[in-house]
Amino acid sequence: METVNIYLYGKKYSVPADLTILCAMEYAGYTLKRGCGCRHGFCGACATVYRIKGKNELKTCLACQTQVQEGMYIASIPFFPADKRTYEINALRPEQQVMMQLYPEIYACIGCNACTKACTQGLNVMQYIAYAQRGDFAKCAEESFDCVGCGCCVMRCPAGISHPMVGLLARRLTGKYIAPESKHLTERVAEINAGQYDELIEKIMQKPIDEIQELYNNREIEK
Amino acid sequence: MYTEQMNASVRKVEATRDARMGTEPERMSAEQKEQLLAAFHPDYREDAFDTIAIGPNKGQKVPKELGRLLHTNSRLLNEQIDLDRIDCDADVLIIGGGGAGASAAIQAHAAGAQVMMVTKLRIGDANTMMAEGGIQAADQPNDSPVQHYLDAFGGGHFAARPELLRRLVMEAPDAIRWLNDLGVMFDKDAQGNMVTTHGGGTSRKRMHACKDYSGAEIMRTLRDEVLNRGIPVIEFTSAVELLKDENGNAAGAVLLNMETDEYLVARAKTVILATGGAGRLHYQGFPTSNHYGATADGLVLGYRAGVPLLYQDTIQYHPTGVAFPSQIYGALVTEKVRSLGAMLVNCEGEAFMHPLETRDVAAAAIIRECSERGKGVDTPLGSGVWLDTPMIERIGGAGTIERRIPAMLRMYLNYGIDMRTTPILVYPTLHYQNGGLEIDAAGFTKSVGNLLAAGEVVGGIHGRNRLMGNSLLDIIVFGRGAGKAAAERAKEVTVGKLNLDHIHTYAEQLSEAGLAGDGLSPLLLPNYARKAR
Repeated sequence: METVNIYLYGKKYSVPADLTILCAMEYAGYTLKRGCGCRHGFCGACATVYRIKGKNELKTCLACQTQVQEGMYIASIPFFPADKRTYEINALRPEQQVMMQLYPEIYACIGCNACTKACTQGLNVMQYIAYAQRGDFAKCAEESFDCVGCGCCVMRCPAGISHPMVGLLARRLTGKYIAPESKHLTERVAEINAGQYDELIEKIMQKPIDEIQELYNNREIEK
Repeated sequence: MYTEQMNASVRKVEATRDARMGTEPERMSAEQKEQLLAAFHPDYREDAFDTIAIGPNKGQKVPKELGRLLHTNSRLLNEQIDLDRIDCDADVLIIGGGGAGASAAIQAHAAGAQVMMVTKLRIGDANTMMAEGGIQAADQPNDSPVQHYLDAFGGGHFAARPELLRRLVMEAPDAIRWLNDLGVMFDKDAQGNMVTTHGGGTSRKRMHACKDYSGAEIMRTLRDEVLNRGIPVIEFTSAVELLKDENGNAAGAVLLNMETDEYLVARAKTVILATGGAGRLHYQGFPTSNHYGATADGLVLGYRAGVPLLYQDTIQYHPTGVAFPSQIYGALVTEKVRSLGAMLVNCEGEAFMHPLETRDVAAAAIIRECSERGKGVDTPLGSGVWLDTPMIERIGGAGTIERRIPAMLRMYLNYGIDMRTTPILVYPTLHYQNGGLEIDAAGFTKSVGNLLAAGEVVGGIHGRNRLMGNSLLDIIVFGRGAGKAAAERAKEVTVGKLNLDHIHTYAEQLSEAGLAGDGLSPLLLPNYARKAR
């Protein structure tokens, strides 16, 4: 078995070379409570910083999606105090001033792009903040869509911006107010509420099992 | 990245691709499916199951790993806990921080109840966050809730509880409307029409999605709403047993601070169990697509309190888990990859089945291909079959993968595999608990008063197999319903004196059955320390 040496919080361990950082920590003997959530790259719980011995660049990653390398100095981030503002979504409108009121610090961005470099999803974070500054919420929403909220951008931001929170607000405003209404959905909800399907659903529920099997096995499948 | 042998097989897949394009492999007949399942589905392996020795489901089959937890005593059996010292009080106590718990919290709060959520990890560390493919609802003009009912009932082998399934399909469009109004960004066209696709076993295109971050988009929106409402969320705090009052009704829970090991007493007028699934028990040694905390805690708590289980012996193995590379072994490859046109292909480049059979049938067919038929592709951890993803770009045009399934593309690119140009290797992964606690249509558990359950911890909504997109739907429909019902019930409840008598009764039954063995349950977290994977 090929192994590599890694340093967990500065302490050296030899681990199998094909493991992710997360599994390597467990292999070393850790029972994780913090810094471990979905284990498949969707929840952002395992934000991690590392540096390769002898190199000066500080890197950020998700521990569950990153393979260990020789000489990795690793520290997982158990929690980071990102700053979420609270609001009543029904009282907002998708107007530029919403961001000014809730997240005014986005206008203090100095354009250093440290957020983008830190993004574990490879998103153009500074760009989506720029869209938010302009009140272009649909573009901010699209650009930030794959954000898992790990907070690595927040850690690196000299302006104190909580980028994932800005993206989240833009997405909620887009989903609720900017995206066009789905009329077929509105209509179907109204039909159901008016009781249009009550009788039909009762009828299928009451059918004997062999009849319903027959129906199922011979149902037409949309191409 | 691929081995020599894998690359040789890729060339065979490429060689047959042109001929396969535009064809549709035949679907199996009902008999063919039954035979396939009986021979190859893991649920049919007798040696993987035990018999439940005590409690309401005594004498029934259960996966060995879950049986072990049901046959183990409570962590609290020998602890001295002062139940008169109440640490927190709520009208509605919600155990679990996933989509069902968050939906329940929002609705209970909206109904005026004082709500408290507890979760052993963070809010959103849940299988909801990882649901990729989508959520079903019959809202297209050519569809109806009745058609949805038929698809789900048949797909679940006609075993769903009709009253639960009725609620699922009838409230589905309203669930989508509710999410849309909260700001969830569904895939829509320029006119606002939902972009919907097929899932395995659907007869109409009713799968709504948010790219392949469907569950994540729903979960982060629900979480944001919970926080906006100021609902207290106690994280890194696990419920380890339910509490009852002198009438035998649920009246709270004993909590464990996961970091300080301190026990806390939470008193509540109603309790909602929304603890999710059990993938981290690794039934039959399968890898899992589930989150870290999926350890069946709610099944154990509920069963010990007297709630019967339903279909606890039926597990969903998602047909397409990652088989290679090893670093992401068992991770989910969303069914949407097949909805968008990718075929399942064996090592010889043959499409061995229709890509949109139901999940149990597809999983069994892949296992057959890799075992009896010997047409799998060897991997360091076992074997797999190809999912021919370049077909998606051919069918939908260049850029379809990046636009519709960006999470999948990113996951594989991390390991140097570009699924736009190269097929990927998949094998079934432990994905979903079809069974669980038995509830009525209002969400109350059978036999314990003031106790509700919602989400994956529930059994009976789907029957013995679940269709893609009906789980995100069920957590919203039944989560919302449980929240409303719990808030309403809480208005009538006066909580009496708290007790843990049921864990002592349970211990006596175990002892009589000769089973008071070692260990503690619920498990809370899987034991991965000093193991490679």
